[in-house]
Amino acid sequence: MQGMKKENIYTYLVHLVLIIGAIIMIVPFIWMALTSFKTISEATQMNPFVIFPSKWRLDAFKSVIRKMNFLRLYWNTLVLIAGRVICAVLTATMAGYALGRLKFPGKDLAFGIVLFQMMVPAQIFIIPQYLMVSKMGLLNTSFALIFPGLVTAFGTFLLRQAYMGLPKDLEEAAILDGCNIGQIFLHVMLPLTKSSMVALGIFTALFAFKDLMWPLVVNTEQTTMPLSAALAKLQGQFVTNFPELMAASLLACIPMIIIYILFQRQFVEGIATSGSKL
Amino acid sequence: MGHSTLNQNQPKLARKGKWSGKKLNEALWGWMFILPTVIGLIILNIIPIFRTLYQSFFKTGAFGKGNIFVGLENYRKMFNDEAVWQALINTFKYAIVEVPFSIAIALVLAVLLNREIKGRTIYRTIYFLPMVAAPAAIAMVWRWLYNSEFGLINHILNSLGLPSVNWISDPKIAYISIAIVGIWSVIGYNMILFLAGLQEIPTDYYEAAEIDGASAVKQFFSITIPLISPTMFFVTVTRVIAALQVFDSIYMMIGITNPALYKTQSLVYLFYKYSFVEYNRGYGSAIVMLLLAIIMIITAIQVICQKKWVNYN
Repeated sequence: MQGMKKENIYTYLVHLVLIIGAIIMIVPFIWMALTSFKTISEATQMNPFVIFPSKWRLDAFKSVIRKMNFLRLYWNTLVLIAGRVICAVLTATMAGYALGRLKFPGKDLAFGIVLFQMMVPAQIFIIPQYLMVSKMGLLNTSFALIFPGLVTAFGTFLLRQAYMGLPKDLEEAAILDGCNIGQIFLHVMLPLTKSSMVALGIFTALFAFKDLMWPLVVNTEQTTMPLSAALAKLQGQFVTNFPELMAASLLACIPMIIIYILFQRQFVEGIATSGSKL
Repeated sequence: MGHSTLNQNQPKLARKGKWSGKKLNEALWGWMFILPTVIGLIILNIIPIFRTLYQSFFKTGAFGKGNIFVGLENYRKMFNDEAVWQALINTFKYAIVEVPFSIAIALVLAVLLNREIKGRTIYRTIYFLPMVAAPAAIAMVWRWLYNSEFGLINHILNSLGLPSVNWISDPKIAYISIAIVGIWSVIGYNMILFLAGLQEIPTDYYEAAEIDGASAVKQFFSITIPLISPTMFFVTVTRVIAALQVFDSIYMMIGITNPALYKTQSLVYLFYKYSFVEYNRGYGSAIVMLLLAIIMIITAIQVICQKKWVNYN
């Protein structure tokens, strides 16, 4: 009896801590949403302080959609994400298989390059990458956004670990059946690393979406920016129109939040895989 | 790992002397599969490292024209530049607040969630939510929350009878305010990694401790911490590297006219400013080389020190 009671109190305490934490995590999002439906005077009124808007107005949303061409921004962001995910998964799957399962001269050197890239802070690549894109005359294009993500050292490492973790004798049966290495890769090995491929895809998508400095540097025209860079520019223009800033932020976050809530198991497992495999 | 494959290969090659068809076939497939990645990494990453190093010996004129070789002048200027030293201090101060708190809070949350508890998925979903938001949006909403006149946080402080705080314009406080945003943003990510690590700990360890009458706190320090130390090491190393590269929140939250800018701007912020606002790429390159050196040294120290506390059994 006594033990049960103690257990219950403990559970309540745990919930209390978790709920307080959850409130702290979610209040900024709620405040973002509430502000976006207010007028400027409601948002900046202190006496009395306004928590809920008197009317749920869409004015701020209408105004930022007019100013920012959100359809274009969503499209640019989608192209950025899709481009980087496709490139990363494609190249890393192949390279990971080669490093994890095949023997060839130069393998250690190739793996060394992969490890080395992972240890270097990304900012060190930015100026030369910018100059390359600039020389190709491809600033302000979708290609410029995708460019640094054409290949991925991190993804290669992740997939290499996945392939190395597969049982040793898998290939042998397929070789006896007369498959060549390409067929073994496509039909036997690749399907077994699907979870790591999904993990890499989610990881790449998330960090492409969150990338700020690179898009700011290469795509300076409104029409070619992704959401992150466009938001940064917007803030410079309308410093104090809080409902509009919050409406734009909300519009920028909503699609990813919906995708996350729909696929949250994959998100959580993907992130866990990407961390624990290293 | 690299060495063991090398050692496996070497004797075989020596023994056979020649390339058998099977081996050549495997090597060809290997090269074909690795080639796109290796070429990409060389063009996108390896050559740029050397180009950045090379660039750091040049003074770049306006609009990127007129590269003038100046030798070590950029480095000499950098070591005498008070703003760079201050940025270095700012970066460290940020990391010293952000890393320990984001790790400690995330670990506690992960331990609390690593059990049969109602609403486990909902909690996990909420804590991870900031990770899927655009950093620019996060920075804007926090800037609004921190607003000294109309912000929600000062309103709450005032209604509790406390004075307002200039969260992002007081040079003494601003770096902490930015670190709070960093902690808030990354807790969910760390928590997920810790949860994955915790799930690998066999439950019979805790059952045995339970029988011995060990308290929950004792169990945490004598079972959880040692067994999660490999995950903790990974999270710490990656968090430190990421914290030393802080940029987004400072760029978005501290405007160029903000009096706290000098006391908050990080090394990467200076790198961005010199390289892409003032077009002095040579100096920007020197700053990023300094960052590289610092990250390498700190990571090396952590790898050396891991033997003291990380438990790989």
